[in-house]
Order: sequence, then structure tokens, then C-alpha cells
Amino acid sequence: MLSRRFILGAIGALALAAPATTASAEDLYVPLVSKGFQHQFWQAVKLGAEQAADEMGIRITFEGPDNETMVDRQIDMLAAALANKPAAIGFAALDSQAAIPLLRQASDAGIPVIAFDSGVDSDIPVSTATTDNLAAASLAADKMAELIGGTGKVAVVAHDQTSRTGIDRRDGFVNRIAEKYPDIEVVTVQYGQGDHLKSTEVTKAILTANPDLKGIFGTNEGSAIGVVNGVQELGTTGLTIIGYDSGKAQKDAIKSGLMAGAITQNPVGIGYETVKAAVAAVKGEEVPALIDTGFYYYDASNIDDPKIAAVLYD
Amino acid sequence: MTSATETKSKTLLSHLVDTGAHQKLLAFASLIALLIGFSIASPNFMQTSNMIAILQATSVNGVLAVAATLVIITGGIDLSVGTLMTFCAVIAGVVLTYAGMPLPLGVAAAIGAGAFCGLCSGTFVAKMKIPPFIATLGMMLILKGLSLVISGTRPIYFNDTPGFDQISRGSLIGEIIPALPIPNGVLILFLVALSASYILGRTVLGRYTFALGSNEEAVRLSGVNTDAWKMGIYALAGGICGIAGILIASRLNSAQPALGLGYELEAIAAVVIGGTSLSGGRGTILGTLIGALIMAVLTNGLRVLSVAQEWQTVVTGAIIILAVYADMVRRRQTN
Repeated sequence: MLSRRFILGAIGALALAAPATTASAEDLYVPLVSKGFQHQFWQAVKLGAEQAADEMGIRITFEGPDNETMVDRQIDMLAAALANKPAAIGFAALDSQAAIPLLRQASDAGIPVIAFDSGVDSDIPVSTATTDNLAAASLAADKMAELIGGTGKVAVVAHDQTSRTGIDRRDGFVNRIAEKYPDIEVVTVQYGQGDHLKSTEVTKAILTANPDLKGIFGTNEGSAIGVVNGVQELGTTGLTIIGYDSGKAQKDAIKSGLMAGAITQNPVGIGYETVKAAVAAVKGEEVPALIDTGFYYYDASNIDDPKIAAVLYD
Repeated sequence: MTSATETKSKTLLSHLVDTGAHQKLLAFASLIALLIGFSIASPNFMQTSNMIAILQATSVNGVLAVAATLVIITGGIDLSVGTLMTFCAVIAGVVLTYAGMPLPLGVAAAIGAGAFCGLCSGTFVAKMKIPPFIATLGMMLILKGLSLVISGTRPIYFNDTPGFDQISRGSLIGEIIPALPIPNGVLILFLVALSASYILGRTVLGRYTFALGSNEEAVRLSGVNTDAWKMGIYALAGGICGIAGILIASRLNSAQPALGLGYELEAIAAVVIGGTSLSGGRGTILGTLIGALIMAVLTNGLRVLSVAQEWQTVVTGAIIILAVYADMVRRRQTN
């Protein structure tokens, strides 16, 4: 009797889900397997993907593991996505090596793979939709130089030293300063794992060691918020802070003048371009190997500009 | 000689089935119901490649759940299985990639490291009388930290060890029956389950595992060195986590040092869905195996049906509660 109730429950759960699959069985289906799904950044990517899917009349799904350490869970998601015989697949690899057997399986089955956010170290993806992080971080360096008057000491609070984005944003900033602004010195680059609290501690340590510091660049949302927190806790004034990405706390800091400005990627655009490239690849059209999804510098003056507001997220 | 090994494996298999058969009917029926339900709901669910994907997804969690079952039957709990798995994978990486040693040595080092860490947990619990929840919570954090320290927070790849990825990804069965490329990882899960089931049902260690969980005091008063046996069980569970470490490292062709946190809860979920009592003294490996399969089928099925990810988590949680509740009610009725 109980087992019957259990079975009924299970079938009930399935019945709830069933219409979604049967209603659009004829459509083109493109699953996106992302690095995460609950962070606001990924929700913005998802939003862009859904916009493109609506416009092109295709069906997408968007999934990612609970956190960015779960490499094997991401592989399981990729396997389940392949089972649905998709027309194409969008994939943001947590570890590109680990995924290669499944990606090969996809490409052998003639399913085009579009990499998004970060590249895959392989020739399987027909295209990669991502931000040019090097160029974006150089823009941050230019803005920093402009705001501090082209001279003085600055520091970088980066999110990590191993991921592609961590390396590119750090190098983009540091190299630009070294090449173009001889009077500006990057005194230190410290890492806070993109964690608010750790980045706060790192910032306080930097400020304690360098009381004459003029500016700090935080390389992702968590790092930038950490810099703001650290500066607030120490009560330091007159420091130029430049952040990366958005989020409510960072937007508020910019509006209140605590933060000078930030680089924003275009997460909506990443999602949109991924789906667009997938559809083009399915139709056999030419797809560029690299799609630069763009970035902007925003500050209190243009934060409400519709073009900027569209790519910011809370 | 072949017939001898055949009969032996047959008794092992019948043993695995016998002890669990009556208890596990419910969980098994649920598994079948899920399989049928998903097959009706999506034509893409029931295909060989997807069934293999489900088995592959079960392999690591299943092995961890077997380790967790052993400890849970003693009335304890092991929260460190996930990070211990990662730690063993990192040890394998150090031995194979950094030191360039031959493959068997790396596997042995991983399993040895697992058994040693299990022995440490067992010592904390048995000798130092630290509650298992706390002792293994501490171990979980120690091992998570050590994995990051030893690896320098970077994944260790096994590109220089040919054949390493075949431990989990390769398919011996597929070489014999090409239509059925069941990965070796799944084979290893079943071997681990069979061995653990044999140990629980046929050896002194197994008898004491149950006895410790039912009434530890009585066992001690009858003159048994309960501490030593308990440490033995934790060490055995640790060694099994070492096997899981090899499986996941092989599957990812890399030791991912940050991975592992949260895996202990999925393993424990598989154990309780399989009808093992968290208060100890009762449980079967077959039940755990079915529990792990239910988890994997559910996750995969909901994905294939394209259920929104937020709801997948809700449904999984509800199924865990439902499964355990059903088991409790049935048990009350039989008593």
C-alpha cells in the first residue's frame, strides 16, 4: 500500500514535469551546461540564453552544479544533456580535460559544442562566447590611471591565480600599467578567492602595509565588495576603487561614491550569443571561433543608462 | 577451477540478495517505479547510453555510500567520506604524477591513505571517546585542507600515467560484449559492494559491526575488545573511500582538490533510502546500492525531463523523506 503511494507520488512528480517536454518535442533543443546556476551572474547568462531561444523559437535548458568545485556533477549533467539528443550543446567547462571524452562523444554524434564564459582546451568547440578579460582589465587600468592622475601606488585584489579569468584580469591590469604608466606602481597583487570576507581581510592588510596607496582594483564581484568592506572597516578615505561585474552591493557602492566605477561583462550577451551561435552551427552556417561578447566601464554617471543597466544584475 | 570460482561468486551473489531481499522490496519497487515512470515521460530516458550514464553517476556515490553504511551500522556516522575520497585522489596524484611511480603503487597508496585516515577517525571515536559526528567532522575539514595544501590548490592531472583513466572510464565488459559498454567504475562498485556484503554477513568483523550498533555495552561486557573492532571498521570504510578516490580521479583524469564537500550527505542519503537505520544495528549493502541507484535515476531522470534545476532539488529532498517514512511505517507494521 505504501509502495503504491510512493509510486503514485513519483508518477505525480513526473506528470508535473511531462508537459514541458511533450509540448515542444518538435523544436530544436539546445541544453546549456554552465558552471553554476544560483549566482546572479549565471542567472543573467540564463536570461540572455532564454531571450535568444524565444526569438529563434527553440527550446533550451540551463543547468550548472551547486558550486564550482563539483567537476564530476557537471560531467553527469553533460551526460544527461546528451541523452536528450540535443541539436547543439552550450558548455562552460569547470575543468576542460575532464569533459573531453563526453565532448568527443558529442562531436562524433555530429552535435556542435559551443563553449561559453571560459574556453575549452580542445578543438572540439566550434565557437567560444566569452569576454575579452585582458582587454577589459586594461580598460580598468586606464580608468584607474585617469582617476589617480597618472602617478602613485595601486594594488590588485584578485580572485585567484589559477583560473583563466583570474590570470587574464590580473595580467591585463598589471601589464597595461607597466606599459603605459611609468609613474604608477602596482605594489602588490593579493588573492581573496573571490570570497567577500577573505578579500576584506586581504584589503585591510594591503592598506595597513601601504598607507599611501591611491587605488585598488578588485577583479570580480566578491573581490570588489571585499575591497569596499575593507576600506570601510579601516575608515580609509580618498582611495580610488575599481571593481568588476555588478551585483547590488557593488552598484550601491558606485552610486554612493565609495567605488569609482567597475567593469561589467555582458552576461546576458554571453547567454544570447551562445544560443545564437548554436543555432547557426546547427544550420551549417559559418560561426566565428571566438565571439567577444563585450564589456563596459560604468560609474555613477552612466549606471542608469539603458545600455549599461541592461547588462547589470542585482 | 572455473567452476569453483563460479560457485563461489554465485554464493556471494545469492548472499548479497538473500540478506536484503525482504527488507529491500520497497526500495527496489520504488526504483522500478521511477525507471518506468521516467521511461513513459520521456522517450530519451530508456536508452543504453543513458542507463550507462546513470550507472557511471552512481559508481562514486555508491562506493562512498558502502563505506558510510559500514560506519552507520555501528551506530556511528562518517562525515569525512567525501573529502577523504578527494584526499586519496590527491595522494594518487602525488604518487603517480609528481613522483612518477607505476600505476599499482598509486592505487595502493590511495587505498592505504584512506585506510590510515579511517583508522585515525576510528581512534578518535573508540579510544578518545569523541562522538563520531564531531570526530569525522574534524577529519572532514582536516582532509579538505590537506588536499588543498598538498596539491597547491591546483588539480593534478594524470596525463603521464597511461591507462589511469581506463580504471573508471574503460570497459572490460564492452570489450567482450560491444553492445554493453558498462564502464569499469560500475564493475568496481559492484565488486566493492559484494565484498562489503560478504564481510558484513560472513565474517567476525561483520558480526561485531552489527553487535556494536545494537548494544555496544553488552558486547563490551561479554569480553570483546570493542575499541579494536570499531577502529577496524572505520579503517575498512576509509580504505573503501580510497577506492572511491581512485574512481573519481580516473573518471576526471585529474585529482580535483577542492571537490568533496557535500558528497558525504549524498552518500548518507543513499544509505538511509536503502533502509539502513541511522541509530545503528541494522542495514544492508544491497539496500544502500539500491538507494544510490534511486538517487542517480532521480537526478538523471529529472534532468532528461528538463525539470527546472531548483525543482530537481526539491523533488530529491521530498523523495528522501518519503522513502524513509515508508520504510519506518512498514517496519512498525511488521513489528
